Amino acid sequence: MPTPNDARCFHCGQDVPTGTHFTANIHGKEQPMCCPGCKAVAETIVASGLVHYYKHRQSDTTLPPELSGEHLPTSVQDELLLYNNSSIQKDFVSEVEPGQREAVLVIEGITCAACVWLLEHHIVKQKGVIQASVNLTNHRARIRWHEDEIQLSDIMSAIYRIGYQGHPYHPDKEEQLLEAEKKRAIRRLGIAGLGMMQSMMLAMALYAGALQGIEPVYEAFIRWVSLIIATPVVFYAARPFFVAAFRDLKTRHLSMDVPVSIAIGGAYLASLAATVLHTGDVYYDSVTMFTFFLLIGRYLEMQARHRTGRAGNALLNLLPASATRLINGNETLVPATELSVDDTVLVKPGHIIPADGIICAGNSSVDESALTGEYRPISKHIDDAVVGGTINVENPIHVRLSSVGTDTKLSAIVRLLDRAQQEKPTAAKIADKVASYFVAAVLITASVVSFAWWQIAPDNAFWITLSVLVVTCPCALSLATPTALTAATGTLRQHGLLITRGHVLESLSTATHIVFDKTGTLTQGNLSLSATVPFLQHTAEEALAIAAALEAHSEHPIAKAFHRFGTQAADEIRATLGQGISGLLEQQEYRLGKPGFASALCNQEISYEHAPDQDGQWLLLCNENAPVAWFCLRDQVRPDVPLALKHLKRLGLTISMLTGDSSSAVSTVAEELAITDVISNASPQDKLAHIQQLQSRGAQVIMVGDGINDIPVLAGAQTSIAMGSATDLAKTNADAVLIGSEVACLVDAIILARKTQRIIRQNLGWAICYNLLALPLAALGFVAPYMAAIGMSTSSLVVVGNALRLTRLSQRKPPNTGKKSR
Amino acid sequence: MEILFFLIPLAVILTSAAVWAFFWSVNNGQYDDLDSPAHSILYDDDDDLIPNEAKQGKK
Repeated sequence: MPTPNDARCFHCGQDVPTGTHFTANIHGKEQPMCCPGCKAVAETIVASGLVHYYKHRQSDTTLPPELSGEHLPTSVQDELLLYNNSSIQKDFVSEVEPGQREAVLVIEGITCAACVWLLEHHIVKQKGVIQASVNLTNHRARIRWHEDEIQLSDIMSAIYRIGYQGHPYHPDKEEQLLEAEKKRAIRRLGIAGLGMMQSMMLAMALYAGALQGIEPVYEAFIRWVSLIIATPVVFYAARPFFVAAFRDLKTRHLSMDVPVSIAIGGAYLASLAATVLHTGDVYYDSVTMFTFFLLIGRYLEMQARHRTGRAGNALLNLLPASATRLINGNETLVPATELSVDDTVLVKPGHIIPADGIICAGNSSVDESALTGEYRPISKHIDDAVVGGTINVENPIHVRLSSVGTDTKLSAIVRLLDRAQQEKPTAAKIADKVASYFVAAVLITASVVSFAWWQIAPDNAFWITLSVLVVTCPCALSLATPTALTAATGTLRQHGLLITRGHVLESLSTATHIVFDKTGTLTQGNLSLSATVPFLQHTAEEALAIAAALEAHSEHPIAKAFHRFGTQAADEIRATLGQGISGLLEQQEYRLGKPGFASALCNQEISYEHAPDQDGQWLLLCNENAPVAWFCLRDQVRPDVPLALKHLKRLGLTISMLTGDSSSAVSTVAEELAITDVISNASPQDKLAHIQQLQSRGAQVIMVGDGINDIPVLAGAQTSIAMGSATDLAKTNADAVLIGSEVACLVDAIILARKTQRIIRQNLGWAICYNLLALPLAALGFVAPYMAAIGMSTSSLVVVGNALRLTRLSQRKPPNTGKKSR
Repeated sequence: MEILFFLIPLAVILTSAAVWAFFWSVNNGQYDDLDSPAHSILYDDDDDLIPNEAKQGKK
């Protein structure tokens, strides 16, 4: 029975290719699977009794596993075995008790809470594992095990087997600082919260006393206790405001921290004086509540910022952890960090080249997609230079290393990028502009008021000036932006766009141009089978099964396009560089590759002119007697792109495509997507120049890309967005990441960004209105402390409530992308 | 109302105990992952503990 065309893989949610019949038994039902890799992972999950995973997970899409088959490839296993080496373990494994070890791993592939559940349960089921806890926020797993019962490599291969990847976690300095900052912020929030509740309770007694009368001895006592409670709030919780205000004053720059510090510090000192001298009013409740509200705003802002904290592991993932060093012909597996210049290393097919060097033996082709975005391998011969971080595809090669560590080309690109980022045009933030005007206005008003009252009634001058400062305290104003940004960022994250820099929502809303890279962004970035044309005596399915058997063990991008059609491998497989592959299957020899190479087997002359059409890359499969089938491979346009582009145009954006590709595929894609502004054959410098030219004409540019060659242009655009499948380096340096690589999310993002700007303006407007209203009353001396406190908290709540509309609204409006077949 | 002289300091002492407990839990990593515990409680992996009769009653 043929699989219906619209079937989706039960495990990863991708379309099941026609002509395949992989299924796995889940909940007693045979479910469709797209490839042997998903099948193996699903069967492992079911076999460990963790089938509930499929019920719990929130989206029906996960990343498809990188590995196919139940048994891990030996290359992966060798590398994992290396982690048992104690010299490598000393960086990330600690001995907690004799015989018990603990390690922290970074897990790739976690998408939702169900992944965490699955990982924790699966790891704990391994014999010898004592404890495993996985953190959903930072994707770290803390695992503890008995040293003599299980090896670390076994635990890591167990993680691989359910479709995730574990890497050792080396916290760098910056990340440790972030962690400490976060803990400090939570402690401050706690102190301020507890202090606020206590002083509010005591303030109630004072307010009641002010209305009904209270014995002075109790009033004094309650004031002293309030002082004790407010002191740690001011000196510990509110410390960051004072530090920042002091720093800003030194650089002669008015920020929101200045009036905040004046209000907190002034109100605290005045209340202190009132308590000691038994006169005037106390504002302890306002001080603590003010601090608490502001700290909430800061905390939300910080959390959004910290989501990018995974940058520390970006480079580490690209470079291999192990390398095979050759000394006098003897192979030894060593950690990549121990390599030095002039070492000779052996790089097997499918392995990453550990550092920059020159080929000294062997011919092969190298996949440089990490550097250039070009997915087709480039052939390399003796004396050609190869770059660390790229992947060797076809044959084993010996490489003499020319530079290692920070001298490599990859590290150089990172340095180049820092420069590009400094030159980037900055998006001005409205909140900052408003803040500095506001601060100046408040300070001027307060001094005018105090001067006026000094003339009229010197006794009241101090208290009235203070109440002006407390009433106008920019609590609502400073909450206006962070709450709106946090709400919008959270909503977008649920819809598949991870925002990692603060200015994105603002620059998205003002964007006029959107520029796409072609390979890997508009298209899928790898070859996939678009047509199978069998010759008379064969069916398409037979032909595909034969092709899959021939290509089963190859890591070549062409071979990968066939992997999902079968698991059986042919015998005596031989690859001919740049020509094709041959092998034996059921006593019959087959060849697959360029038409000339393949047809030589059956003594016929077939060339590209005989192919069904001239688009795409055609491969011919022949046996000893006759040709069997033509296969057409193409880099196909992502399915959601055409609709998304239409929506973007309707939003008024100009769409362009920039690509380093110069082939006919460029015009095919441009025509298919109706993009008129196309620049092909562009180097990274050309791309950057094009964007800068647009910017000089006043355009606000969004750049969407995926490769390392896109990084300079990503850094140059006002907003840069990386695809979820992009290289790690591109992702960590982009302002936002499309998690599921769905371009349609951009449409939602732009709509929501515009809405966010509206909400921020409303919030700022409201906060300023409130202040304008309260200011004259306070200046005339009509505002008692409790009125100031009530007014302040109401205006803050209005702002927060308004910001929350950003989450509600977009939930009601379903995103254009969410139409999964369910 | 002399009782206030006892009760309010008592409240302050209790608050400081709460602050101590809060600091302890932050430093102990209780606030490191605020996302997954909210979900994990909903995952019923206790099917084998539910008696068969009860299971049929569910559906």
